[in-house]
Amino acid sequence: MAEPMVSIRSVRKRFGSVEVLKGISLDVPVGGVVCVVGPSGSGKSTLLRCVNRLETIDSGRIRVDGDLIGYAEQGDRLHHLSPARLCRQRQDIGMVFQRFHLFPHRTALENVMEGQVVVKGVSKRDARSRALELLERVGLADRADHYPAQLSGGQQQRVAIARSLAMDPKLMLFDEPTSALDPELVQEVLAVMRDLAASGMTMMVVTHEMNFAREVGDSLIFIDGGVIVEQGHPRDVLANPRHERFRAFLGQVL
Amino acid sequence: MTGTASDTEDPHLPIDALSPPRPGRWIMAAVAGLILVWLAYTIIVNENLHWDVIAAYLMDGRILGGLWVTIQLTVLSMVIGLALGVLAAVMQLSGSPVLRGASALYTWFFRGTPLLVQLIFWFNIGLVFPSFGIGLPFDGPKLIEWQANELITPFTAALLGLAINEGAYMAEIVRAGIRSVDPGQREAAEALGMSHRQVLRRVVLPQAMRVIIPPTGNQFISMLKTTSMVSVIAGAELLTVSQRIYLGNFEVIALLIVASIWYIVLTTIASVGQHFIEKRFERGHHALQVRVRRNLRPFSRGNV
Repeated sequence: MAEPMVSIRSVRKRFGSVEVLKGISLDVPVGGVVCVVGPSGSGKSTLLRCVNRLETIDSGRIRVDGDLIGYAEQGDRLHHLSPARLCRQRQDIGMVFQRFHLFPHRTALENVMEGQVVVKGVSKRDARSRALELLERVGLADRADHYPAQLSGGQQQRVAIARSLAMDPKLMLFDEPTSALDPELVQEVLAVMRDLAASGMTMMVVTHEMNFAREVGDSLIFIDGGVIVEQGHPRDVLANPRHERFRAFLGQVL
Repeated sequence: MTGTASDTEDPHLPIDALSPPRPGRWIMAAVAGLILVWLAYTIIVNENLHWDVIAAYLMDGRILGGLWVTIQLTVLSMVIGLALGVLAAVMQLSGSPVLRGASALYTWFFRGTPLLVQLIFWFNIGLVFPSFGIGLPFDGPKLIEWQANELITPFTAALLGLAINEGAYMAEIVRAGIRSVDPGQREAAEALGMSHRQVLRRVVLPQAMRVIIPPTGNQFISMLKTTSMVSVIAGAELLTVSQRIYLGNFEVIALLIVASIWYIVLTTIASVGQHFIEKRFERGHHALQVRVRRNLRPFSRGNV
């Protein structure tokens, strides 16, 4: 079997006295789409944030494309990565946030150019044409010169996706990308994500959109209380939930 | 168009309503107007004010020289103060307790002692440190050495005092600005792979500016007037030269009015400049109401 894009092994994480992740292990194959669902406070967002080290983990190992996240292995000791190498690791991992977090002082176009110019050192001209191409891809070429405050939530989220894609990531993380949106704006964001999945992008998606998980996901993970309670192909597990907790959760969200 | 009223044209219904009487407001306005006219009258006809002297000294070479020193002191001490403030604020938000402590000590000390005392202290620094040099610390050999008496002129003492004191206040303003930026902005920038420096320079500081600029404008305006304190060490700025002139010709009030006129001109120009700079940093925040500047409010009309 080919090496997975993401390999998570026995990851534990505590905030103060609360252990949020109690030993999570899972693999995401190259090109795979994993949907992570669970009640709020279950640790699903924390898991995602650990993958690009917005949170540090207390134990376990996370690898992306074979690289250990956050540490370098030398013999049997781990060394913290230098800030510069940490930045290098993050460049390959795109992240889309629930609340978009576009840079409000920059236009849509400038938002998509920012990472390319500042982090990758791409020339402004090349960054601009690439940004326009990506805005076109998310259907917002005509909004290039708008500031985030002038865009709807759905449009902002699509710009945020374009901003992440501009870094040419190997992996995209989506942290409840549609939860902050008005219901009628959810579909336009999901459509972009569907396209992205079809293009072969490896994706980890924390979501409450069961239909999206059913149609696009290759596997579905249900996390509750910091552990994986149920996992499998979305169609199977959604049709035949085995655990009582998962059934109760589905009863609430469907 | 559809609907019941569609067969006829939309009737034109102008709103031409009368305002209710507001006798209280009219009386207050009349009283205030009367007081203003009376004040103006007493000032204009007052022979003790010597308007001819004021007019003669308004463009006097010495006054204009003092004005130039005031502008230089204000701009330089604000620029240095802002740089010190950013440095101290970034140190205060750093992970190192030593850097945080050093920054806290700086703001604590310079906000805790009067500026007047600091100015006099810097002017007399030669009594504590007779010479300054560049070289190894702890009495090691020095590469270059200066005598404090040559280095510390009234101007450099004033600049040191004003800038270092201002830095302590700016540190608090910058820190508040940095903290006002949504932590999600930092995370989004980090997720793109930006380094701490890039996050600060490209994402956090530009957004913090929106919060930093209004109080900085006020600090600038306040600094224009604070420079007058430098007169205690004979700083050759506006107030000092005015004093020198009235000590010779005894036109105390006239020269104080000359200085005041120039201070008002400077602060008014600064207020207008502040207004435009703030607009510049409102980029991307059109949804937010553009605030009417406090210093310009007396000149705006109606209920803004």
